[in-house]
Amino acid sequence: MAHFDTTTNAGQLLAAASGGRRRRGDRIFSNAAVIAAVTILALLAGVAIFLVTEGFPAITASAAELPKGESFLDYVAPLAFGTCLAGVLAMIIAVPLAVAVALFITHIAPPRIALTLGFFVDLLAAIPSIIYGLWGIFVLGPAAVPAMKWLEAKLGFLPIFAGPASITGRTMLVVGLVLAVMILPIISAVAREVFAQTPRKLQEGAQALGATRWEMIRTTVLPFGRSSVISGAMLGLGRALGETMAVAIILSVSGGVTFNLISQANPSTIAANIALNFPESSGLAINLLIATGLVLFVITLATNFFARWIIARSEVR
Amino acid sequence: MTPPPDTGLAAAPERSIFAQEGGGGALPGWAPYGAFVGALVFAGAVEAALGWFTIALMLVFGALLSIVAIYAWSRTVEGRRRAKDRAITMAIATAFGASMAPLISLLYEVIKRGARGINWEFFTTTGRGVVSGGGAQHAIVGTLIITGCAVVISVPIGLMAAIYMNEYGRGPLRRALTFFVDVMTGIPSIVAGLFAYALFELFFGPGIQMGIMGSIALSVLMIPIVIRAAEEVLKIVPDHLREASYALGTPKWKTITKVVLPTSFAGLVTGVMLATARIVGETAPLLVTTGVVSSLNTNPFQGRMQNLAVYAYNEYRSPGVMKQASYDRAWAAALVLIAIVMILNVIARLVYRRYKTEIR
Repeated sequence: MAHFDTTTNAGQLLAAASGGRRRRGDRIFSNAAVIAAVTILALLAGVAIFLVTEGFPAITASAAELPKGESFLDYVAPLAFGTCLAGVLAMIIAVPLAVAVALFITHIAPPRIALTLGFFVDLLAAIPSIIYGLWGIFVLGPAAVPAMKWLEAKLGFLPIFAGPASITGRTMLVVGLVLAVMILPIISAVAREVFAQTPRKLQEGAQALGATRWEMIRTTVLPFGRSSVISGAMLGLGRALGETMAVAIILSVSGGVTFNLISQANPSTIAANIALNFPESSGLAINLLIATGLVLFVITLATNFFARWIIARSEVR
Repeated sequence: MTPPPDTGLAAAPERSIFAQEGGGGALPGWAPYGAFVGALVFAGAVEAALGWFTIALMLVFGALLSIVAIYAWSRTVEGRRRAKDRAITMAIATAFGASMAPLISLLYEVIKRGARGINWEFFTTTGRGVVSGGGAQHAIVGTLIITGCAVVISVPIGLMAAIYMNEYGRGPLRRALTFFVDVMTGIPSIVAGLFAYALFELFFGPGIQMGIMGSIALSVLMIPIVIRAAEEVLKIVPDHLREASYALGTPKWKTITKVVLPTSFAGLVTGVMLATARIVGETAPLLVTTGVVSSLNTNPFQGRMQNLAVYAYNEYRSPGVMKQASYDRAWAAALVLIAIVMILNVIARLVYRRYKTEIR
């Protein structure tokens, strides 16, 4: 048996044997990986930098210089309000449904068909937003008109249903519903994953104690998944805040700030406002739209950070 | 906690442990379905009697009624806790049904309305020089070019970054990358479009619009999706494969290209296809960067370029003289888009199922 020195670095030995060629290959490849990583950071920095430089002229301009004759803050405030209203409305509608969908797939549907059902929910996420927009204006909006008239008649004393009810269906409520359909798969994907990960021993323990299925879900699955569901809801909110085409197509806008969800006069959202006005704009008007885009960027970033923070906090515990 | 009265259990061991709650019987297996159908029929009959029957109302009232019905029925036979369980199960199932209703309605409407606008002309002519009518050939070609360029940009960058994160990365750069990829996932699509516009405006002056700008905007959206997917599949390549390769004296880069990547190949292809499906229907960033045009343009580096999503939006927004024909074309474009998305989704999953490497 030949003596084999285990302390010799085999890699070095082989590298020396092949004349360093393989080490060059290693260097090129790892450099390429680092370059790709840095490119991504540069791209993200670029997004922030270009939005700031292009938006800056509009932020600093006086009210008289801007196309609408109002200062940047006055211009963006109602849009930011509309963005948050649509997003929060969508989240309120979507979260309970998304949790129900996730529970249905993980704990109620027979396992054999659960996979297929999951596939269909994922398909919902893949449908382009322009199609949701067309569906909202041509199908859901008209169908919702009688329901909104009923809301105005029966619940008109609530400010959100004060009316007068729109006869075209191009209202904030319909936008909220469509956005809810769009973010539901995102939230339910997160919820589904965590519900499926609930430790088996907890679930079986609960059932061994005589819990019904709902009692088992309430005492083990829901507490286990709570923080993930919250963060999933925030991710969905981030998506709803930035959603453009569905809102641009459906919503009939007047610019005023109002909580009235079923009337013809609604505040626009930042994203929809950009899509509607960008093609016909030039000069400072473009800078103004880019500046509002910057505000949207900051709002969605804050939402996403909050979601990540919740996840991180729950992982530590 | 009071122990259950053992007399009851000892006397009737065949009865369920819910006996103490009252009831103690059991509903037949078809009870939930029976309650649901019964409630639907009842709701429909009442509405018909009142004279305002619609299918939507029947479903809404029927679903609510079925929850109440199953609760009352189970309460009398099985006891309070079982009844609550059944009612909530019913509520969750109907909520699931309600969530799937939009998908069904949407697919139905897109196919029904889209079929009207689909014809030979739609695929073979452009909108050039026609007042009303024309087809979407220029938009289909534009979609393929813009999306293709975005894939060509995103896949190498995204894949190499994922390799960096999984195989090389450590320390601050890796942590920063993990964090900022998360941030990037949350960028609204319109903001990505504004970024691409602002970038090109700096070099080419205001009003610049061309195909490649759209591809760059889409890349901003696609890269984080590719990284996420690639990271996921690279992570599950077991370390003993890498170690076996190193033990044979294979350098790291060859280990990655000859062992790690082939092992995860099916997952990578699936990830790229799903990412492509996510961006192929993007509208907002392209509205800002590639503009609206009615003639064919195959050069992504010069002039505006139409694509299907923007085409659908534009046919809806500024319909021609024949309004309905424009709307039909918008729906036809939507149908083609949905078909592309569905085909990509299905093929992606088939590829994964067929070619995934069994890892033991």
